[in-house]
Order: sequence, then structure tokens, then C-alpha cells
Amino acid sequence: MGIRERLSGNEAAAIAMKQINPDVVAAFPITPSTEIPQYFSTFVANGAVDTEFVAVESEHSAMSACIGAEAAGSRAMTATSANGLSLMWEMIYIASSLRLPIVLSLVNRAVSGPLNIHNDHSDAMGVRDAGWIMLFSENNQEAYDNTLMAHRIAENKNVLLPLMVCQDGFITSHSIENIELVEDEKVKEFVGEYHPEHYLLNKEEPIAVGPLDLQSYLFEHKAQQAEAMKAAKQVILDVAKDFEKMTGRKYGLFEEYKLDDAEIAIVCMNSTAGTTKFVVDNLREKGIKAGLLKIRVFRPFPVDEVANALSHLKAIAILDKADSLNAAGGALFEDVTSAMYVNNKHVPAINYVYGIGGRDTKADDIESVYNDLLEIVKTNKIDNPYRYLGLRREGDK
Amino acid sequence: MAYNLKEIIATKPVRFTSGHRMCAGCGAPPVARHIMRALKPEDHAVVAVATGCMEVSTFIYPYTAWTDSFIHTAFECTAATLSGAEAAYVSMKKQGKLPKDGDTKFIAFGGDGGTYDIGLQSLSGAMERGHDMVYVCYDNGAYMNTGIQRSSATPKFADTTTSPAGSVIPGKMQSRKDLAKIMAGHHIPYVAQTIGYMNFKDLYEKAEKAIYTEGPAFLNVLAPCPRGWGYPTDMLMQINKLAVETCYWPLYEVVDGVYHITYKPAKKLPVEEFLKPQKRFKHLFKPGNEWMIEEFQKEVDKRWQELLDLEEITNKAE
Repeated sequence: MGIRERLSGNEAAAIAMKQINPDVVAAFPITPSTEIPQYFSTFVANGAVDTEFVAVESEHSAMSACIGAEAAGSRAMTATSANGLSLMWEMIYIASSLRLPIVLSLVNRAVSGPLNIHNDHSDAMGVRDAGWIMLFSENNQEAYDNTLMAHRIAENKNVLLPLMVCQDGFITSHSIENIELVEDEKVKEFVGEYHPEHYLLNKEEPIAVGPLDLQSYLFEHKAQQAEAMKAAKQVILDVAKDFEKMTGRKYGLFEEYKLDDAEIAIVCMNSTAGTTKFVVDNLREKGIKAGLLKIRVFRPFPVDEVANALSHLKAIAILDKADSLNAAGGALFEDVTSAMYVNNKHVPAINYVYGIGGRDTKADDIESVYNDLLEIVKTNKIDNPYRYLGLRREGDK
Repeated sequence: MAYNLKEIIATKPVRFTSGHRMCAGCGAPPVARHIMRALKPEDHAVVAVATGCMEVSTFIYPYTAWTDSFIHTAFECTAATLSGAEAAYVSMKKQGKLPKDGDTKFIAFGGDGGTYDIGLQSLSGAMERGHDMVYVCYDNGAYMNTGIQRSSATPKFADTTTSPAGSVIPGKMQSRKDLAKIMAGHHIPYVAQTIGYMNFKDLYEKAEKAIYTEGPAFLNVLAPCPRGWGYPTDMLMQINKLAVETCYWPLYEVVDGVYHITYKPAKKLPVEEFLKPQKRFKHLFKPGNEWMIEEFQKEVDKRWQELLDLEEITNKAE
């Protein structure tokens, strides 16, 4: 039986890190993830963990130090948001190319500019093809659970990729909700010890990491990364099975909420899924067959599984909490529609860019999306698939 | 034991091997090789190298010239990368996750671009945090790897590809940054400026001190570049000598804040002797440009005097 608590998302992430007890944490403060290194440095100061806390002078150095620490043979973790992740960008690619299973807690926030400290997913979307496994979390419980599963996935010999656990800035990171924690001893056993095959501190077998990798080799090395990302999908499911045995909490590549018999559905990630479930319940009471597909594993993207899960629908709306500024639609929309196309499943689909810079997305907004879907089903017509939700227009109040 | 180059070469293992692809006449490889020789043979090292000539010439997949563990990540974050490896060592040693016997030392190498410029923040952070590591800047006074662009280590008036000596602007118009003093300003236990000269004694002894002083240490080593400076490849040691004997590159160390000049030329040579063999200063010797050499000399004299003063003041305070 787990431990009942009331924690914010940041507290949940920090407590998961404490229970994992990594060898090194290197981090730099940035709203709204600052609390994670704050809480964690308290654990260090009070001797609750064995970790060396490296209070670096920038996020670029945070990721660089994590790379150095992980390559040295230790477990390294960090946390950041928005511009912090942007500053890390160069090192984010290097971390994955060196096949270092670093775990990062990403508290999603809008990337500048202009400056905004509130939630959207533009930070995560900026690194979506950088070779990191990306797990999204609806609430504090999922942020915690995903963090506990992170190392088992990332450190798997067939994977060896870094992993980020995403949660919504403020909405999740600063909201206190009920949570069920796993006992310290059980976490320790579940996560296990880290025994890398090759590492810098093994003086019996010195290694060289990070070469100049020219035309004869780089292509193959990048292809190996791509293979590892494909392999991660099964590993994520296997680890989730073990996690369910320990906690009773079930995780897949995505969550289907009243989707089986649904005619219309929304696809979204993170905290918006909570609001959407509430709306789905209300609509169901009115006899409207609404459903939800909540992406948990965004990278690797579960192409076939998503296409199959959505194939029976009459219309779907994909919600992107980051605009792609490409005149074509958001990243999740492109991934979902492309998944359906290659699987030869045709369902009318529309895209909503929403919640930018922390713009509140209320139940009414979500309901309006379902209403739009009903209209599409009725008329069989999509005038504009690339839409905004909650955007003020000229003439609006 | 008195320093003996022949003995060191004969008895200490080569940890930076031949077969790398650095240019003939480059000052950096002998510096790296000799610094690595200053390690006790029984000690293991983790070496981090910044993107630059040394990295792209010594670790081209699947070959490496380094016998110790080695990591390269990017241009500006070598100190941060190595600080992470050092933190891992401290943590794992403390937890009993590493064998008890034998030490691992942490040595970073970066060029002046990766150190004076783009890597300065990361270096400053790592030094301030007090990691037990040595950062070595091999200073060749420009971005040589990308084709001789000016850096903040480029001396005044030098002709580089981004500070060309033109008909209106005669080369780089700013004086070079004094990095060793910036590092001394971090109040770390050991800072030194050195070069490969006089049997490499100064370089070796400072490397040994830097490696075996607990806490952060910084070495600034002048490493001439035949392509960027424009000297014949067989002239490397002569250039090194002139840099020191003209006081263009003073040899000194700062131990716990106290300055010691480790070599004072008996007769300080005029700086033009250092400038003359280098094509990057060719325009200084054109008729009408005498003022440039005079100004250069003034700056060298000023900085040398400042160092003499610092030595006097800090030793008095002792």
C-alpha cells in the first residue's frame, strides 16, 4: 500500500528524485521548475541523498555537467523549463548522440519571446526530434510515476537514450493535489542500481567519448539512435507492466478515455486531458459519444497504435499547446495525421493551437471543440483544419 | 628530484600518442604530451577537450591519440562537462561505487577561442565551484581551427581573417585579454602561465603542481600556430623563446593569491624580435608603421611592470 500525500507537481518530481537517489544532480533555477532543485538541494543539505549537487552557472552547463557525470558512469538528473531547455539545446542533442540515459524533469513553459513564464509546450516541441524519450504527465501522480519509471526505460541496453518527463508549468507544478507515493525501499528495488558497460571512470578500460565523426560513420551512428528510439516503445510498455505490479497503476503509450465507442475525440497531452475528461463525462450524459486519447509517450511516437485507436472515429481534433509557425499546423497534429495516413486510416481531423503562454483553457473551450467536431460529422466539411482555441480576435472583448 | 627532461621522456609513459593529425610546427601537441607526462604513472585521468584543433585532430572516429579516458562534448562547455565527471567521481567514491585504490585526475584542454571567449562562463563557473580539476588553455591567439579568426586572445595589430590588415584598419585594433589574471581573480589555489621552453621544465613543474594541488587550477600555455602566425614550422621553439625573452609571454604562477614570476630574462629583448618572424605582423614593419611597434612595446612593458608590481605587493602581504 502506497503512502497518501498532498503534493505539488514540483514536489512530486523532487521526491521521486530523492527516492531514486542519483549520483549527480546539476541544475540551474528557472521558473516554474526552480522548486525541483530547491527541494533537492535541501535533501542534499540534510544528508537525505548521496547525490553531489552541482549548482551550475547556466542550463547549458547543467546539461554539460550531466553529460560529463553520466559518461563518467554515474546517474545524473536535472530539471528545467522553457529558455533553460533552449539554452541546453546544443547539449540535448549531444546527450542523446552519446547514448547517455540522463533523466530531465521538464516543467513546460512558453519559450521566449516575448518573455512569458506560464505554461505551454513550446519548450518541449523545440526538442521533439533530438533523440530524447519524452513522457507527458496529466497531473502530479503521473509526473511522479513517470519519473520512477524513467531510469528503467532510459538505461535499458536496447535503449540507452536520455529521457524527459514533462508536466505543465504552474497548472501541475504548483498545484497541490492528492498523490500516492511508493515506499522508499520499493522504489530503490524497482529502479535498481546503474551498471553501465563502458564509462570514463573505469580505469581498467579507458574510453574515448564524443569523437569527430565524419562521413564514413555519422550516418550509421544516427541510424543506431533511431533504432534505439524504436526499441524504446516495447521497453516503456514492459516497465509499465512491472510498475503496475508494484502500484496497481496502469500505464500505456497513451490513455484512451471513453474512446472505444466514441464517435468524436480529442487528442491532447498533459493537464488539458483532465479538463477534457470532465467535458467528455458531461457530453456522455447528454448522449454525445465523445472520447479522449491522451498521449503519454510522445517520443517514440506510437504511430501504428495511435492510428488504430483513432481509426473508428468520425472526426478528431488534435490539440497543440505550441504553435509551429509553419502555416501547416502543430507538431502533434502533424504526427497524428501522418500516423493515420501511413496506416491508411482516414478520419477527418482538425488542429487547435491553444493555451499559448498560459492562456486558460476552460471546460467551455473544450466543449466548443467537441461541438465543432459534431458539426464536421454532420456536414462532412472542414473549411479550415488549422485553428486557434481561446485566441482573442479583433473586435472581441 | 631535479627536473631531467631525458629521464622523464625515458621513464614516464606517453599518454598523448603520435599519429594524431595536428600540424607540423604546432605548439599544442608537445604541451599536451608533456602535461600528461606530469601525471603519476599509477594515476588515471579523465581528459576533456573543447571543440577545436586539438579535438578534431586527436579523436577522429575510430582512432584516438589519448590513452586515458577522454570526453569531448562541444566548444563552450568543456569545464562544465569535466566538472560533471569530477562530481560523479566524488559521489561514487563517497558511496563506495569505485575501487578504493588509485586516483583519477581531471584535466581539460581548450584553445583560446574555447576558453577566453565562448567557454569563459563555463570555465568561471567550474573554477568558482571548486572542482578538483585542471583547466589548460593552449593559447594560439585566434580561432585557428576555423581558419584564423580573431579572438580576445589575439594580440593587437595581428592580421587575422576577421581582423585583416587593410588599407584603413591595420589588423586587430584591441589588446588581448589577460586570462590568467581573470582566473587569479577567482581566488583558486593555483594559476600559472607557462610555455614549452628550456627543456619544458617550467611547463612540467607547473603542470605537476596544477594536477596535484587540491581544488581547481588553471594553466595558460602559449602554443604558437605556424599557419595563423606565419612562421616556418621548424621555428616553433625559437618563437617560444622569443615570446618569453621579450616578456611578451611572462612565465609566472599565482599560488593562493601570491604572484611568483618564474623566469625573468637577464636582458629583456625588444618585442620586435618576437614580431618579426611572424607574417601576421608583417605590416608592422612597413615604413610609416613604426608607431605600431612602439605601441606594442609600450603595452608589453606596461603589463610586465604590472606583473613585477603584483609580485612585490602580494609577497609583501605574505
